Amino acid sequence: MLESLAVLLFCQLIGELIVVALQIPVPGPVLGMAILFFGLMMRGSIPEELAQTANGILGQLSLLFVPAGVGVMTHLTLLGKQWLPLSVSLVVSTLLTIAVTGLMMQRLAGKEDR
Amino acid sequence: MNDRVASLWVYLSATPLLHLTLTVCIFVLARWLYRRTGTHSWMNPVLISVLALVTVLILTDTPYSVYFEGAKFVHFMLGPATVALAIPLYRQWDALKRHPVALAVSLLTGSLTAVVSAVFIAKLGGVGNQALISIAPKSVTTPVAMGISETLGGLPSLTAVVVILTGILGASIGPWLLDKLRITNPMAMGLAMGTASHGIGTGRAIYMGDVAAAFSGLAMGLNGLATTILLPVLWGWFMQ
Repeated sequence: MLESLAVLLFCQLIGELIVVALQIPVPGPVLGMAILFFGLMMRGSIPEELAQTANGILGQLSLLFVPAGVGVMTHLTLLGKQWLPLSVSLVVSTLLTIAVTGLMMQRLAGKEDR
Repeated sequence: MNDRVASLWVYLSATPLLHLTLTVCIFVLARWLYRRTGTHSWMNPVLISVLALVTVLILTDTPYSVYFEGAKFVHFMLGPATVALAIPLYRQWDALKRHPVALAVSLLTGSLTAVVSAVFIAKLGGVGNQALISIAPKSVTTPVAMGISETLGGLPSLTAVVVILTGILGASIGPWLLDKLRITNPMAMGLAMGTASHGIGTGRAIYMGDVAAAFSGLAMGLNGLATTILLPVLWGWFMQ
């Protein structure tokens, strides 16, 4: 548990350091994810302990979104003024994305299978 | 002297503890409610927790900054959780290799559609630049979307809200739309759910079978990566 947490934090730290040092517009944790991914590829397997810790954290992923979500209270004025364009944008864009991605993958993967 | 230091310490540590405890307790209740109502999409525990907490904070006249002093301990775990996404991504690597071209093309098209259509429609509706960049990464999983938004000068907290709403929308209307469009290939179904509505969509795709679940999880990870790389470039063009 502790070793795995150390690995996750260490990858994140390296990611954050690279982002600051090279001034690249990528979130540090995403780079940390890429670093861990390549580490796993080189190792060729996932250590059992790391798999358990990751399952533990990812299993509670929803809870981690709550503090940021509560931040909506600081934008109530903005949301009150622009709720219509924002909701139309979210609904239409989400439906469009599902349709485009699904149709494209169905057509292309179907061709490759034939 | 020692007594005063001690009482000060008790006071300071008790304050963040209150809102940390409140966050975890309300979430546990919301999750119980979600399970009791048969995991209905609109009873999403994140949505219910946020609504309940905002109500409590407004009623007790507590500013968000005071609340966050306690809640930041939960928030902090988003970083290591994002790094941990490398593990499911690694597990699904073999599935990814089977249709590399179809997958890459569909994912990139979907990723672009999500960003461009959201920004375009909101822009038409007169939404300002800071709000635009905050909603641009709405289809990406929250920790990644918040990171992108913050890096490009958006409002991470607004991003978190639209990401969660997008997830709930995709999870509830997605299966109906896939059916209407006769998208029956499980790889396509999963990829569409994960690309458009990240983790919450993946939670729904699990009910579409193993293949759909794997592709949805994969799409969620890869769309995070694609948007991270594409959005700064697109936003640079847009701002010119």
